[in-house]
Amino acid sequence: MKIGVLLKQTPDTETKIKIKPDGSGIDESDIKWVINPYDEYGVEEALRLKDAAGGGEVVVVTAGSKRAVDSMRQALAMGADRGIRIDTEGVSLDSYTTAVILSKAIQSENFEVLFAGKQAVDDDCVQVAQMTATALDWPCIWPAEHIELGADKKSVVVTRPVAGGIKEIMEMTLPGILCCDKGEHEPRYASLPGIMKAKSKPIAELKAADLLAGETPKVTWSGFRLPPERKAGKILKGEPEAVCAELVKLLREEAKVI
Amino acid sequence: MNFELTEEQNLLRKTIREFAEGEIKPKIFELDRKEEFSLGLTQKMGELGLLGMAVDPKYGGQGLCSLSYVIAVEELARVDASQAATVAAHNSLGIGPIYHFGSEEQKKKYLPDLCTGKKLWSFGLTEPNAGSDAGNSQTTAELKNGNWIINGSKIFITNGATQITGGSTVQTITGTLRPFDKLRVSGPQDDRAKKEISCILVDQNTPGFTAKAMHNKLVWRSSNTAELYFDNVKVPEGNLLGKRGDGFRQMLATLDSGRLGIAAMGLGGAQGAFEAALQYTKERRAFGKAIASFQVNAFKLADCATEIEAARNLLYKACWAKDNGKKFKILAAQAKLYCSEVMHRVVNHAVQLHGGYGLMEEYPVARFYRDQKLLEIGEGTSEVQRIIISRDLGCYEDL
Repeated sequence: MKIGVLLKQTPDTETKIKIKPDGSGIDESDIKWVINPYDEYGVEEALRLKDAAGGGEVVVVTAGSKRAVDSMRQALAMGADRGIRIDTEGVSLDSYTTAVILSKAIQSENFEVLFAGKQAVDDDCVQVAQMTATALDWPCIWPAEHIELGADKKSVVVTRPVAGGIKEIMEMTLPGILCCDKGEHEPRYASLPGIMKAKSKPIAELKAADLLAGETPKVTWSGFRLPPERKAGKILKGEPEAVCAELVKLLREEAKVI
Repeated sequence: MNFELTEEQNLLRKTIREFAEGEIKPKIFELDRKEEFSLGLTQKMGELGLLGMAVDPKYGGQGLCSLSYVIAVEELARVDASQAATVAAHNSLGIGPIYHFGSEEQKKKYLPDLCTGKKLWSFGLTEPNAGSDAGNSQTTAELKNGNWIINGSKIFITNGATQITGGSTVQTITGTLRPFDKLRVSGPQDDRAKKEISCILVDQNTPGFTAKAMHNKLVWRSSNTAELYFDNVKVPEGNLLGKRGDGFRQMLATLDSGRLGIAAMGLGGAQGAFEAALQYTKERRAFGKAIASFQVNAFKLADCATEIEAARNLLYKACWAKDNGKKFKILAAQAKLYCSEVMHRVVNHAVQLHGGYGLMEEYPVARFYRDQKLLEIGEGTSEVQRIIISRDLGCYEDL
């Protein structure tokens, strides 16, 4: 089975985000980069699906700068077979143009299924996978929690959570895109042999500019700033009866939540 | 000079760090408190490939260089000394002698299971009355009708009595034929110096061989430490490791490499204790300020960071020397000595910076403080390292 994984490199969720002094973007100097955590679930599910299908190939597809190679190698060390990196150096992309170049890059690959994380933890746009599906005219399930390969190996049965703890079970004809949530399988650790093998696995390189074919971003960034600092909380003191009355009054009149 | 690690080494460090923090860290407190060896964690470390790191892939190993091995041990020790000890002892003392001195047949028989972690192997060297004075060991092996008959006992043997220990490489006296290599720095070569020492592989279930876990340890409480007893243990002549009379040289060579592992444990432990102290002092407030901002504390942290950096550079240089086929014996002794003593100073500062909380086991620095002490004693005491280094300086030529 030929399986693709859309993988984005994002800052570690514990990174303290700093804004460039001129507000034009994020200061990347002290950022620790990781595989977008939801994409890591995608890698894990892809490797499991390959095993369930009795073999095949898992290809990691990334739009990113050169540093993203580290994250791609990690996926290769986990067991993916090869990578395709679309070099985004010098190109400013939004969700739409990212979907454009990803769908172009994988057109000739004839994947039977594509995995992605349900969202990237950096910008949290939750758009690229769906737009890629649209560009390819493929179905897309968001978010996928439990995935099973159909008996004919041409479809998947996917469980997705909906509101109120209810699960929806869907069958999707392949090819299609599955957007992984923090699912039932923790991503595996790369093994030492995996790490050693990853070095020799190929990563093909494409240029974003070549794939854009005149398409331009639909979103432009006018500026970045950190959210305002939270004001200190209020502590009410006194007899319980008086405090309760005061609290209700404040919740109603000041916070306007009741 | 190029101080860059390779892409694989960076990925290796990242992976082991995530594994140590994700899988080992949540379990340490209970394992340490109960003084329990974890079969589950050992098997997981085996699955990752941590139990046969330096061994050629044709025997099931990973074929890694010393530096990669040291990085892996360092990252384990940054979180837990006991698991690092299980891995380091198995790689250097368990597998090392078989891999370096065993016959092709012995390698094929033992290494595949030892590399996957299906089995562990120990090195029976220290005896109740022979520690630093390893030449004074008293366990004997007598060749009778094509079998070695072993009698004696060993003590402080890491991985010697786990559920999956496959056996031990036992250092024995097999005769008095060969003049004993000059080990001690002074004193006449007495009768003891005429012992012929050989290493013999003994499977765990051999009749007469008893392995008993030792308890009530100050250090490495979830690593397995054993006493081994040999009561007329009979093993085939072919279980001899390498040549007869070569045991002492094999032991010295094994310990040279083993020192890199102990040094890595000192470096990793120092790093772990330092990070805990740095975080604590930035969060803990006294007199209205984070205590890290008091210069008396800030300078302690600066000293720790500096010494850790120096220790890392010395240890990595020793690995570089070994990996490039250069002499590394002295560098390894220096790295072992320095890294374990750096950790001594770092854990001392780390506990002091934690104040009363540093005395509570709920804070990891308390365990780092206890675990550190082994490093100045095991696999050659700090005093023995100083003998090795000072002998190389020619200090005793006038004796």
